[in-house]
Amino acid sequence: MTLDTVKHAAQTPDAEQPWAELGLKQDEYERIRAILGRRPTGAELAMYSVMWSEHCSYKSSKVHLRQFGEKAPESDALLVGIGENAGVVDVGQGYAVTFKVESHNHPSYVEPYQGAATGVGGIVRDILAMGARPVAVMDPLRFGAADHPDTKRVLPGVVAGIGGYGNCLGLPNIGGEVVFDACYQGNPLVNALCVGVMKHEDIHLAKASGAGNKVILYGARTGGDGIGGVSVLASETFDAAGDSASGTGKPTKRPAVQVGDPFQEKLLIECTLEVFKEDLVEGIQDLGGAGLSCATSELASAGSGGMRVELDTVPLRDSSLSPEEILMSESQERMCAIVKPEKVDRFLQICEKWDVIATVIGEVTDGERLEIYWHGEQIVDVPPRTVAHEGPVYERPYARPEWQDALQADDAGRLPRPATAEELREQVLKVVSAPNQASKSWVTDQYDRFVQGNTVLAQPEDSGMVRVDEETGLGVAVATDGNGRYAKLDPYAGAQLALAESYRNVAASGAKPLAISNCLNFGSPEDPAVMWQFAEATRGLADGCLALGTPVTGGNVSLYNQTGEVAIHPTPVVAVLGVIDDVARRTPIAFAEEGQLLYLLGDTADELGGSAWSQVIHDHLGGLPPKVDLERERLLAEILISASRDGMVDAAHDLSDGGLIQALAESCLRGGKGARIVVPDGVDPFVLLFSESAGRAIVAVPRSEEVRFNDMCGARGLPATRIGVIDGDAIEVQGQFSLPLAELRQAHEATIPGLLA
Amino acid sequence: MTARVGVITFPGTLDDRDTQRAVRTAGLTPVPLWHRDKDLRQVDAVILPGGFSYGDYLRAGAISRFSPVMESVIDQAKAGMPVLGICNGFQVLTETHLLPGAMLRNNHLHFICRDQKLRVENAETAWTRSYEQGQEINIPLKNIDGRYVADERVLDELEAEGRVVFRYQDLNPNGSLRDIAGICNAAGNVVGLMPHPEHAVEPLIGTGRTDGLGFFTSILKRLVSA
Repeated sequence: MTLDTVKHAAQTPDAEQPWAELGLKQDEYERIRAILGRRPTGAELAMYSVMWSEHCSYKSSKVHLRQFGEKAPESDALLVGIGENAGVVDVGQGYAVTFKVESHNHPSYVEPYQGAATGVGGIVRDILAMGARPVAVMDPLRFGAADHPDTKRVLPGVVAGIGGYGNCLGLPNIGGEVVFDACYQGNPLVNALCVGVMKHEDIHLAKASGAGNKVILYGARTGGDGIGGVSVLASETFDAAGDSASGTGKPTKRPAVQVGDPFQEKLLIECTLEVFKEDLVEGIQDLGGAGLSCATSELASAGSGGMRVELDTVPLRDSSLSPEEILMSESQERMCAIVKPEKVDRFLQICEKWDVIATVIGEVTDGERLEIYWHGEQIVDVPPRTVAHEGPVYERPYARPEWQDALQADDAGRLPRPATAEELREQVLKVVSAPNQASKSWVTDQYDRFVQGNTVLAQPEDSGMVRVDEETGLGVAVATDGNGRYAKLDPYAGAQLALAESYRNVAASGAKPLAISNCLNFGSPEDPAVMWQFAEATRGLADGCLALGTPVTGGNVSLYNQTGEVAIHPTPVVAVLGVIDDVARRTPIAFAEEGQLLYLLGDTADELGGSAWSQVIHDHLGGLPPKVDLERERLLAEILISASRDGMVDAAHDLSDGGLIQALAESCLRGGKGARIVVPDGVDPFVLLFSESAGRAIVAVPRSEEVRFNDMCGARGLPATRIGVIDGDAIEVQGQFSLPLAELRQAHEATIPGLLA
Repeated sequence: MTARVGVITFPGTLDDRDTQRAVRTAGLTPVPLWHRDKDLRQVDAVILPGGFSYGDYLRAGAISRFSPVMESVIDQAKAGMPVLGICNGFQVLTETHLLPGAMLRNNHLHFICRDQKLRVENAETAWTRSYEQGQEINIPLKNIDGRYVADERVLDELEAEGRVVFRYQDLNPNGSLRDIAGICNAAGNVVGLMPHPEHAVEPLIGTGRTDGLGFFTSILKRLVSA
């Protein structure tokens, strides 16, 4: 086969090209020809196809995502905003924190272990590329029905992959989510978050500047795995038969999934931190989706000048790979650095120390083109911005789906409620032991939460918290939340509820929320109903961030999450990062001290639309989600943070899915103490226990602090209702029922192992 | 001058910085040691920390045992220097035959991370003299290849010589034979265990207990009295 050089392309304008197989549309292909003034070479076509994929170019979501910038609240904390590998937030004392959540949904369905493992690897390299030491990970996960046979294939593989990779990197896994819903059966959501810490002066950016500077590719050799991962996997809908197994008659997509080597990544982390420390790097980019196509074009596009790469110098795992394949390979554990010529030797020395292969593959030029050569022949000659940053942008049509009104009219308030105290008790047990509310230890015990020796809080706490500075006790807290059921009922409110819950979780642990990252998981953007959900959710999230003063620092959009024509519930997942001046002041969820008083903060209304109760007891989804009051969320957070700082509460737990009873169950089991609950006059015990009204938390107040705490809530206008006391070894709701902790523990903890072990 | 405790970093070691912190917390001076260097930098004791050295490829600890630093560690251990292997470090020590037996995949086949109760069966080794004989401690356990095995004769010998240093209490988390969590050599200067004392030295961090601190204060006692 002759090499398709730039010259050859110019001479053979009519050659057939496989643009459709590579996931490009006809008009996109025409546009590439217009940009280049000729047909693209095979290598150019490969680059454009992966970089213009939905996954890399955000072509359907971009017009909506702009709101995150346009509506960004004033914030002194934001050091690096959207557009870099990850945003960076000032947490004080000279420290900066970078964090981001990303999706690896499609690969994880096709190949659960490697899909999930490389999801962790990818997000960790994003954080590393900013100049930070990765200090924690967490994984928001969503699977099909807990009792579906395929869940038993996907979930254990995903969990083992996350553990297998993350544990081997030495990153504590401090939280995350595990949610089950039939809507994710053919399309699980595997999102991965990483947090990194650095000093302000250590921030690095992904740009290539300075003609003559060398381009160094280091890390693993390039292999044939993950070719077209972003275009043929992540930006396409799976058909109804599923692509995970053979038998559909189609070629399996498994080769499009990358294969991870966490040991190599661990070396890459230590090696990269050492080259940063010696100030050897001008610009840096990790290789993830779209591999070298992405790294070279983004570095060149963001910097000044052009870049020249000798592609045949790339170390290969498989010497038969074509230049197109090398450009598209998503082999993991690779990074690309821009290094001044006089620093190259030292850079290579450090790589050698860590047994990391490093190769000078090119240099920054004073031109404006990205030029790639293969054994001396030019195979790519493109303006890098047209590949990396000026891809297509679509204003996809969107329309509120016809069924939305009927769904909202199907009010959960009409569902039959327990008629007797005995029935109420039964339903309590059912809800707290249902897969979504049950203990997730079976999952999280497969993750190392202790490594690095800075973990202050980890699951099942409201947020994960790690210490940043040993001397001062400075720490950061992160929580992720999302509720696809709420978002299905009302995507605008659903996105805000995800934000509010995550924000509340961080505040409940005593940290001050500073900024957010998000992972927006939706169906096909070519479906106007899905596009409407996406538009509403992004608008809701942008408005919510403005109201709460927490800017979006970056994130990820995952579209085409659907099976055939059926989309998943719209599932915006929000990660909130908070800071705490001294981790010694953190507030855990455990009710540990008998005699402490339990206060319910916020207002409880009769709100059961999208609730855990409606799902578990009635398998129902309809009506409206709980009302959002962001001013109230802000006030509640202020109270929780003040109470933590001033030692007025010993425990706090946010109220969300499952309502008060779920929070009580978790806090009592965590602390090993019971609670006596007195239903206030005029309150329906069922509503008190199961309503999912937002803006609420339950706190344990030492008797000595009661007056001070009440005064504070009163002065700031936050409703605080004393509803009971920590006492005994049962949850006793007076006049209703008593539930011994032993029985509760059995129900809460046996569910997941029973389904999966 | 305080006692110097070397902490080895192999490629893929994870708990080296935590172990250095634990050493410091106990009032000793941590000394980083690099796998390629034979030089032990005049340390008084050596710790092989946990992690996945060489990715646990081939077999946990199987490649690290050939590191240049291990040649010196083996020599010194035989001469009586206190050596502690934690988790992956324990696996390396069994590969070098400084300690008998081997670690296999957990019987449930999963990685497991939990607060683990142990009973101190021998409070006279270099690393356990801060504890009482029979004392129960609770420190984190986290591994996938943690199932201790050895043949019956070796197990009987370990028991007879009091070389079972720690036994799992309440729950055997991985199917280890005779609930063995940690052992020592005949001289008592080389100890290996699967759970992680370095993760239990500060009240605020991890399990919220400081039950692991005794390992490091034990060595301080030993070195000061020596």
